[in-house]
Amino acid sequence: MKGRFLRSKPLWISAAVVASLGAIGAVVLMWRPAIEPVERPRTFSSEQLQRGARVVEAGDCAVCHTRPGGQHLAGGLPLVTPFGTLYSTNITPDPQTGIGQWSLPAFERAMREGISRDGHFLYPAFPYVHYRRMTAEDIADAYAYLMSGPAVNSPPRENRMNFPMNIRPLVSFWNLLFLHAKPLTPMAQQSDTWNRGRYLVEGPGHCAGCHSPLNLIGAEKSGESLSGGVVDGWEAPSLLGMAHRANAWSNDQLVSYLRAEVVDGHGTAAGPMRPVSLGLAALPVGDAQAIAEYLLSLPANKAITETQDATANAGLSDQSTGALLFASACAGCHAAAAPMREIDGRPSLDRTSALQALHPRNFLKTVLEGIPATPGLPGPVMPPFAASLDNDQLTALATYLRRQARPDQPWTDLSATLEALRQETK
Amino acid sequence: MTHLTLNVNGSAQTLELEPDMPLLYALRNHLGLNGAKYGCGLGQCGACTVIVDDQPVFSCLTPCAGLDGKKVRTVESLGTAEHPGPLQQAFIDKQAAQCGYCIAGMLMRAQALLESNPHPDEETIREHMAGNLCRCGTHLRIIEAISLVAGQNGSAP
Repeated sequence: MKGRFLRSKPLWISAAVVASLGAIGAVVLMWRPAIEPVERPRTFSSEQLQRGARVVEAGDCAVCHTRPGGQHLAGGLPLVTPFGTLYSTNITPDPQTGIGQWSLPAFERAMREGISRDGHFLYPAFPYVHYRRMTAEDIADAYAYLMSGPAVNSPPRENRMNFPMNIRPLVSFWNLLFLHAKPLTPMAQQSDTWNRGRYLVEGPGHCAGCHSPLNLIGAEKSGESLSGGVVDGWEAPSLLGMAHRANAWSNDQLVSYLRAEVVDGHGTAAGPMRPVSLGLAALPVGDAQAIAEYLLSLPANKAITETQDATANAGLSDQSTGALLFASACAGCHAAAAPMREIDGRPSLDRTSALQALHPRNFLKTVLEGIPATPGLPGPVMPPFAASLDNDQLTALATYLRRQARPDQPWTDLSATLEALRQETK
Repeated sequence: MTHLTLNVNGSAQTLELEPDMPLLYALRNHLGLNGAKYGCGLGQCGACTVIVDDQPVFSCLTPCAGLDGKKVRTVESLGTAEHPGPLQQAFIDKQAAQCGYCIAGMLMRAQALLESNPHPDEETIREHMAGNLCRCGTHLRIIEAISLVAGQNGSAP
């Protein structure tokens, strides 16, 4: 017995060494220190606050951190992910329920590393993979603005994440795989405007958060950034090769679109892009111009080619039903002689991006949900038709309008897409 | 012209209609149900709101074709002048109508909410009713009336 014990001793020791190394590794990987709470700082210059307001707008903070009907930046918006539902947090300077006790280093760590002040891991729905590319000045300005707003006492709602994603330290493995982006350094051979656009797109604007395909664990697929994704049932189209595709964008069109205007040849921002474009409209026009210049310089991704079965000739028999439905439900606004077209100069439907797109998703989503009114703006606004038109009618209408827009390329997946979209919104 | 069967307020009616006719015209001109009003014809004001199955819809933008097998309800289904329904009575009690043009639509949109959520809070009511406009400006009394039925004693905001 004794001899066996002695012989296995080295094995025993190495097992112990491996175990303690593993434990140390786990701690290094999954433990982050709390950063001491501070008294809420209040002395910022008005210039810094103005800059901060613009950074917060460019970062779309309020889009997620304000729930419908809730107070500005007080959180509570549900974010439905494949791994469960998250609720955005309160980023007003309330000491108990918000970020009132956060120092600038704590805020900057959250923005760059995704770690809360008390050391817990934030979920990557918070786009720190993009915010980490921001300048230290912009982060400090955003901090100043957030710390100077009204403190709202609004406790965060408890997340409903599925196992195992409800174990926050596991996010450390996600970070190990995906948290690598470096700060952006301006490219000398490009214009200041281009560099500003690149910074807004890749940094605070975090466009790739929606406009990229996601992998199985919810990270943007590497090498496919900005090549298009799906968010809340809407297609976030590819931002690559926009200047050279079939329904190409001009610089003027893109600037207007980014600022929530109605653009001939493309339409207007709807769905999740609506609040983003309204935010951009509140920024100096130079920011939208910079974003447009940068985006239009991006080449198409040759590796990703969109294909669709063009031989399908589905739904030809639906043409008369579609025409009839258009006359009944749509023509009041969208017919050539309708006041909205004649007086307000709105574009023809067949030239909109939604009807030109390869996939019917955004056309169907717009008809189902409409475009809600924006307080303070005269329009655009569109009523929802989810309860007025059934799936057969919507299919006929989409087939009819698609035929006007792209007679060579009918949509073939209407019924299945509609079925899925209806299920998602139930 | 084609024959379409509409199920309105519990009775099936077969009508000879142009199939692209909006439901509002069939209700008013063919069935004599003049509660729902024509306001804008563009789905922007809500005066034409009726309930289809359990959803409020703008009847000015809802084609008659396709309503086969669906149950349409108009304000006439809620009660009569002699015997108003609970929601109608609340609108009377709170004097929620001024000119009254929008009220049939308001009632039907509110009815749809109360059927799916019997005790909505005021925020929910405001959000739900946002699609219907009152040009006289009696929105606050309308919200009070709905709150009254929702069991919230209708105190003003």
